[in-house]
Amino acid sequence: MADSPVTEEELHAYADGALPNDRVAAVEQYLAANPVEAARVAEWRAQAAAIRARFGAAAEEPIPERLQLENILLRASGLRRKVAVAAAIALIVGAAGGWFARDYLAAPPTGNQMARVLADAALEAHRLYINEVRHPIEVRADEAHLLPWLSRRVGSPVRAPDLDDEGFKLLGGRLLPGSRGPAALIMYEGAGGERVTITCVRAAGNDRSNFKWRQAGELGALAWIEAGLAFVVAGPAERDKLDRIARRVYAVYEAPPSERK
Amino acid sequence: MSTVRRGLEPLIPALRRFARALSRNAETADDLVQDTLVRALRAEHLFHGGDLRTWLFTILLNLDRNRRRGLSRRPHLAVVEDVDPPAAPTSDGTGRDIERGLALLPTEQREVLLLVTLEGMSYREAADVQGVPIGTVMSRLSRARSTLRTHIEGEKPQLRNVL
Repeated sequence: MADSPVTEEELHAYADGALPNDRVAAVEQYLAANPVEAARVAEWRAQAAAIRARFGAAAEEPIPERLQLENILLRASGLRRKVAVAAAIALIVGAAGGWFARDYLAAPPTGNQMARVLADAALEAHRLYINEVRHPIEVRADEAHLLPWLSRRVGSPVRAPDLDDEGFKLLGGRLLPGSRGPAALIMYEGAGGERVTITCVRAAGNDRSNFKWRQAGELGALAWIEAGLAFVVAGPAERDKLDRIARRVYAVYEAPPSERK
Repeated sequence: MSTVRRGLEPLIPALRRFARALSRNAETADDLVQDTLVRALRAEHLFHGGDLRTWLFTILLNLDRNRRRGLSRRPHLAVVEDVDPPAAPTSDGTGRDIERGLALLPTEQREVLLLVTLEGMSYREAADVQGVPIGTVMSRLSRARSTLRTHIEGEKPQLRNVL
């Protein structure tokens, strides 16, 4: 072990002071015999020193008021919510007001065409609200009226599958404007802050489609239409994961009431 | 006070430092930290042991990537820098060099380099924060360092084009 060849990884570990003790001598010997390599390692250390010199002091500054924990906790329950919700509503009416209307009422589309259009529209809404850290939703998951409210507005029962197994917890939901009536958007969050949304809106009577996949950069969406309802599951572009989630949604709508989770 | 809340407070300075280096803008950095804290507090029930620091940095990186995605969708003024190594090496040894160098790196490489050098994270911890295998961290680190080296050696500020 002590005399095995020195690897590139070990040079980095040496520069970062993370090399196991029993390899230090071998690496130092190697560097003494290879001035070009020694210069690289010295340069890496100089880079690290420059980074610390340039940014290290930011950790010494007094914490501004808005980053103090008690203020953040206070605001979380505070009045600012009202202002932000009003702004979000204005935004969606302005920017996205036409989004469900876009192609999809122009000509009577097939179920598959509609599923694609819906997927794109839901991706836009998804993108808008996953970036909204403080107010991603209107009604929180722990408010009992969440699903009854969305169901009433959409005009059809809205359900939220349990995604604990996939590592996602229900945050809550909001209403979006759609040209066929309101659409329900429910949002889940994973432990690392990644978000998945399920959008549900009424579709024309007999439309149906199979699962349609759309991808936009790092986001992906699966859309389908079944029994008068159109669904879009959007999230990080991991096809397998979204596929499993979509099947959960499908199952929770298919199951007879007694078996629903 | 919960374990998460008690553990959060002492990590705020490091989060600010890292966010500052990542965004190179004090205001944006504190926005990121604030959003990270809000999200961590709201999701504290999801935190079941493990390393609180790694978890917080993961949240911060996710938020930062979302932010960049949002920015890239808007029309914006872009500064195109010449990445070909220019002839005369003039390193003035101040923080400006390193700042410009960092700006040239792809996001993932900049993240790794800062996690390791500025935050003193082990390669394992950096891999956990980025959610990638340790080999990916090593190759990102290696590429970041050699890009930075080429840049700083041949440093000569030149804005070739402002679109």
